Amino acid sequence: MKKYSVFAIAREAMRAHKGWEEQWSSPEPKKEYDVIIIGAGGHGLGTAYYLAKEHGITNVAVLEKGWLGGGNTGRNTTIIRSNYLYDESAGIYDHALKLWDGLSQDLNYNVMYSARGVMMLAHNIHDIQVFKRHIHANRLNGIDNEWLTPEQAKEFCPPLNISKDARYPVLGAALQRRGGTARHDAVAWGYARGASARGVDIIQNCEVTGIKRGPNGEVAGVETARGFIGAKKVGVVAAGHTSVLMNMAGVRMPLESYPLQALVSEPVKPIVPCVVMSNTVHAYISQSDKGELVIGAGTDQYTSYSQTGGLHILEHTLDAICEMFPMFTRMKMLRSWGGIVDVTPDRSPILAKTPVKGLYVNCGWGTGGFKATPGSANVFAHTIARDEPHPINAPFTLERFRTGRLIDEAAAAAVAH
Amino acid sequence: MLLIHCPYCEEERPELEFRNAGEAHIARPANIVAESDEDFEKFFFIRANTKGLVYERWRHVHGCARFFNAVRDSVSDKFIMTYKAGEPKPKKLPGAGK
Amino acid sequence: MSASFRISGKGRLTQARTARFTFDDKAYSGLAGDTLASALLANGVHLVGRSFKYHRPRGILSAGAEEPNALVGIHRDAARKTPNVRATVQELYDGLTAVSQNRWPSLSFDVGAVNDVASPLFSAGFYYKTFMWPKAAWKSLYEPKIRAAAGLGVSPDLPDPDHYAARFAHCEVLVLGGGAAGIAAALAAAETGLRVILCDEQAELGGALRFESGSTIDGRNGWDWAQAAIARLVAMDNVRVLPRTTAFGYYAQNFVGLVERVSDHLQSPDPDLPRERLWQVRAKRVVIATGAIERHMVFADNDRPGVMLASAARAYLNHYGVAVGRNVGVYTANDSAYAAAIDLKKAGVNVAAIVDLRDNPAGSVIDEARALGIEIHGGRAVVRVGGKLRVNSMTVQPKNGGGERTIPVDAVLMSAGWTPSVHLFSQSRGKVAFNDEVKRFLPGTYAQDCISAGACNGTDGLSACLDEAYAAGAKAAKEAGGKAAKPAKPKVEASESWSRGMLGAAPGAGSGTTVKAFVDFQNDVTAKDIRQAVHEGMRSIEHVKRFTTNGMATDQGKTSNMHGLAIAADELGKQIPEVGLTTFRAPYTPVTFGAIVGHARGKLFDPTRRTTTHGWAERNGAVFEDVGQWKRAWYFPKEGEDIHASVNRECVTVRKAAGLFDASTLGKIEVVGPDAAKFMELLYTNPWEKLEVGRCRYGVMLREDGFIYDDGVVGRLAADRFHVTTTTGGAARVMNHMEDYLQTEFPDLNVWLTSISEQWAVIAVQGPNSRKIIEPLVEGIDMSDAAMPHMSVREGKICGVPTRLFRMSFSGERGFEVNVPADYGEAVWEALWAEGQKHGACTYGTETMHVLRAEKGYIIVGQDTDGTVTPNDAGLDWVVGKKKTDFVGIRGLRRPDLLARGRKQLVGLKTKDPNTVLEEGAQIVADPKQPIPMKMIGHVTSSYWSENCGRSIALALVAGGRGRMGETLYVPMPDRTIEVEITGMVFFDEKGEHLNG
Repeated sequence: MKKYSVFAIAREAMRAHKGWEEQWSSPEPKKEYDVIIIGAGGHGLGTAYYLAKEHGITNVAVLEKGWLGGGNTGRNTTIIRSNYLYDESAGIYDHALKLWDGLSQDLNYNVMYSARGVMMLAHNIHDIQVFKRHIHANRLNGIDNEWLTPEQAKEFCPPLNISKDARYPVLGAALQRRGGTARHDAVAWGYARGASARGVDIIQNCEVTGIKRGPNGEVAGVETARGFIGAKKVGVVAAGHTSVLMNMAGVRMPLESYPLQALVSEPVKPIVPCVVMSNTVHAYISQSDKGELVIGAGTDQYTSYSQTGGLHILEHTLDAICEMFPMFTRMKMLRSWGGIVDVTPDRSPILAKTPVKGLYVNCGWGTGGFKATPGSANVFAHTIARDEPHPINAPFTLERFRTGRLIDEAAAAAVAH
Repeated sequence: MLLIHCPYCEEERPELEFRNAGEAHIARPANIVAESDEDFEKFFFIRANTKGLVYERWRHVHGCARFFNAVRDSVSDKFIMTYKAGEPKPKKLPGAGK
Repeated sequence: MSASFRISGKGRLTQARTARFTFDDKAYSGLAGDTLASALLANGVHLVGRSFKYHRPRGILSAGAEEPNALVGIHRDAARKTPNVRATVQELYDGLTAVSQNRWPSLSFDVGAVNDVASPLFSAGFYYKTFMWPKAAWKSLYEPKIRAAAGLGVSPDLPDPDHYAARFAHCEVLVLGGGAAGIAAALAAAETGLRVILCDEQAELGGALRFESGSTIDGRNGWDWAQAAIARLVAMDNVRVLPRTTAFGYYAQNFVGLVERVSDHLQSPDPDLPRERLWQVRAKRVVIATGAIERHMVFADNDRPGVMLASAARAYLNHYGVAVGRNVGVYTANDSAYAAAIDLKKAGVNVAAIVDLRDNPAGSVIDEARALGIEIHGGRAVVRVGGKLRVNSMTVQPKNGGGERTIPVDAVLMSAGWTPSVHLFSQSRGKVAFNDEVKRFLPGTYAQDCISAGACNGTDGLSACLDEAYAAGAKAAKEAGGKAAKPAKPKVEASESWSRGMLGAAPGAGSGTTVKAFVDFQNDVTAKDIRQAVHEGMRSIEHVKRFTTNGMATDQGKTSNMHGLAIAADELGKQIPEVGLTTFRAPYTPVTFGAIVGHARGKLFDPTRRTTTHGWAERNGAVFEDVGQWKRAWYFPKEGEDIHASVNRECVTVRKAAGLFDASTLGKIEVVGPDAAKFMELLYTNPWEKLEVGRCRYGVMLREDGFIYDDGVVGRLAADRFHVTTTTGGAARVMNHMEDYLQTEFPDLNVWLTSISEQWAVIAVQGPNSRKIIEPLVEGIDMSDAAMPHMSVREGKICGVPTRLFRMSFSGERGFEVNVPADYGEAVWEALWAEGQKHGACTYGTETMHVLRAEKGYIIVGQDTDGTVTPNDAGLDWVVGKKKTDFVGIRGLRRPDLLARGRKQLVGLKTKDPNTVLEEGAQIVADPKQPIPMKMIGHVTSSYWSENCGRSIALALVAGGRGRMGETLYVPMPDRTIEVEITGMVFFDEKGEHLNG
């Protein structure tokens, strides 16, 4: 792999950029691999990268039914933060955050991790109680998260409306300064390049149609659009399609897949300097390096694999944005799209072994998987390589739904009395 | 915004009047106390999440307030049919197997 | 220099109706009916903007919504600044103020243009490969620079004074696009009498007839026919014609979003007019007649101001009467540009040459051009143009190489052919198919009840388009239930036809390091960038798009997508369909946030719910808090009191005398029927069958998983009638939860549920004097302790109106909750207050309510519980009926982890220093000296200063809490560590004597 640098760019500039090599190769699938990862999103490609880099397992294929990075990785609003309440969640998200810082250098690919700060707005006393609980828990877990007054919030994000006359006035905010955004495509591409350079085969347009099990029930390989491919271990990292794939191995999942929409505005000069989220008025916003306001909110109410959703969902989202930023009513929506998010009953992910030997699953990230990408990939690679979870992902089992040992981040933000 | 036929009101109304209530035909066990942990997990947490025809529940919450069932294609979001709560899973779907 | 490019006798505008405007502070004059673009061109102004990355000078490419270059800011006033407005769409009004964007210090001298010089460094995706060293410089240096360079226009910075409207509409036939095809379809559908909506993005409908000069329909010039047809449609009761209305999104089940620009074209709009209006239309059938968009030629420096689409030049001439130059060149790969040359020539504009990439162009338009004396260079390419801020020459070369010839021109009109607008069809989830013969994507498999007709369906020629569209309109109407009408199909007597053309880079796209042949103008994507992306392994068109940003600018790739695709396919050595097509995403053109938001702003963002005493509370100085949609009185400060003083006084007064509290926001559900008690047994953990009529019980409701879902006091009014109360926030979901079980799991139970939250106002009267306050106003209820003990309910009258009088207490004092029909809420409150004042009572708000209940250790679901708490965890084991064999949650409660030891349990906390009030949400540890990350064993759920206890009090969830009574634990705060002692949850009147005190 030729190293990227400003010198490489200068060199290529002289020859019309004809000397760049392929960022990843597109090989034909081999007959068999040690590990097959299903799903070439950030989590899947990252898993392959860490398998090769940290565990020396390079006979790996990443199978993708479409184009790499084309699922939720390329469709999300790229918010990164780790200020979760429970120790288990804080553990995995902060593991990710630490990897984000330094990922560009590790991959030699600028993923543009931008620690511009994530500010979550409180609009009522219940919000304040919940946010303070997070802030205190985060502090004792060594995770930065600080309370801001409305005035401090406005100072951090000048266009924010903190008028007391607002329908739901801002009463304060929780700010994680290390939180921010990253360039989603670059994450997929950087991991793909790094994995490919270490010998991983990335095979696109190769839909998995079956998971084959051996005589003792163990995983034997996968049926694909391009024929059978043998494998000793299979990791399913397919976000919205996890239920479909796991069904092929006879494993039924505690998941439901919902449409999640997002939109961007036309690009404008810098105005929103950080990420702003509000659960109460229900929307979130940041501004991309191109100048587009990147906006998202909640899912549609019904399960769907259509990658589209209703206009009324975008309406609610923009209502909320214009409530927080009244000057944005004159801005224009440039593009809207949908992804398919897989949601668990406790809104926490599953990163675990499964009842099928050799089959591993990484799913259930709901609406917030992007931020976890490096951490999730890193410990999932560990889980596959060692056939046992890393301490960080050990709590994120499938069994917790049987025992009741849930990691209920959603419940922790319980509805107001 | 979906357009949903309420089998009680017998008309199509916009999605805003309805609330989705999850997968259909998951009956609460009559003797729930006797269920094993595995069975309870299946009942309460495991979901088919089918890509294709889904059997789901809706409530016409801002209308007649009744719960009912629907068959919908989760790829196209098209409704195949709706039917009243308590009616069995339809064996034959309209437009199928002609 | 005003209007010097306006050609008298050309166009359809009225010369006498002038409109003055400014562009970058310079004053100009145009005509009513102009767009900003046509008015600028009439003044000879081509340079209007700068590109995103290289800051290249840019002119006007098009005459419509596909414009990538001519984006300006329109500033009506300080608060009405709109960025990124396409000058080709903005209608001129007298006094319009426009400014150019993305340039500093000025449009003609832009420092940012240094990027253009350094452009070889800024190749596609360069930023992924650099700015990584040294690491610290990313945050301190590189990232701020990159972010500062973002964007085109400037965001508005003041709240928008304009308003926006919204309408829902239903029709049988919705026609999208008001060109010849759309009009014909609408005519056919309208004649059946069905409801028809026809919308078009332009101010005047007519589509391509706006620029075509060679069409005749029903004996008239095409444009005139269109206007007459529109007039006919407008006059029909069953037809709604919406000009300036863009169909931007096609959603499930024929739900189409339209946005109507209502007042942006007016000089001084009536303040009552909305700026824009969102139409959400549900149609039985949709006819898509969205036409086609001309593509540019991809060659070196094809972005110079003055280089534009041939059809645009024709529109400026034939509609606006403006010549885009005095000496124009034409560069084409199809016939349609010839018509532009011919029209211009006939209008007296010199046409220096037509350069045609085709080897031996032949046909009637070519003959006509030749007959007019226009030079035609077949088999040749324009390999570059001269000029910087305005094109001044074009250099022509045989397409396979050879001698160059430079021809002076002041405008270049180009056409690479036409791309059918399949955007909305594709958004409807229809599948497009590539037609290899004509090299275009056309509607293939339909997913919804729609029909494409005309140019968007790949149909060439006006006559064929009209036939197809008329048939489509008739078919749509028939399918939607319309009766056949007598056909009145328009007859086309003369028409133009343009088809074919080329896709991808022309020979002049070059391969040198500095050649820039633009594919996507606004995002500065060149043919070379696309080849580089492929070279770097981007084999999917989606990767190419994302790597180069081709097609991702505000024009959404209307002119660039097909070229980009063709260049990628060429580089990959694949056929176009193998490379794929990027997804068409809504909106078709950018849509104003305000239009989507509509009225849902400020106070109307979300409904505000107020109790019946809201006005009284407001008049009496209450401070309110938001609880869900409710406004609740938080505390009632007297003059000079802050929240603490007010709450302390209220708390003491209630316990010493009495207090009035509006508890109306509590959810209330009436559970009625022969099986009501049986139903209650199933929905709540408690036993209900044996509850006597007239008595109350505190009930706890679980989810099936065993965690506390809601709680409240339930009164049994009759053997078959329960009055259930829920938490304020839980009202709607508890009702839904109950209905769900009743309708689907226990449908055999004969029970009816009625939400009565809004029907009953609830006034809590708490305190030792409460009975004295209520008794004089009540009729028919014996309120003595013997007749009406704690936790009972009676029906009777208060102040002459019906009441359900509960004796219950959330304060620990003798207490009542007076339920009266909501209409009488305020009157009864006032009567009670009058009595209360005689007995030293106060009014109190939610804060005092919280403190009083915490003093007694009563929990608040949602504050002291969070969805992971069982009744046992909350110290409420007694609410679970031990003999019950079933209730919702019974099985969930028995899962291993819910029975495990060491679960968090609700306990009381006393700080060692009684004056220290803990912060709610603060975490609790056993060992304050441990390093971070600390082992947290619990958190503070409620914490207050208790004036009645003379100290602080708190509730907390602590692991194994009930086994830690008397233990000292620690609450580490940023500045200090607070010592606390674990105690029981009751801080005041432990024996409960006050309930009867």
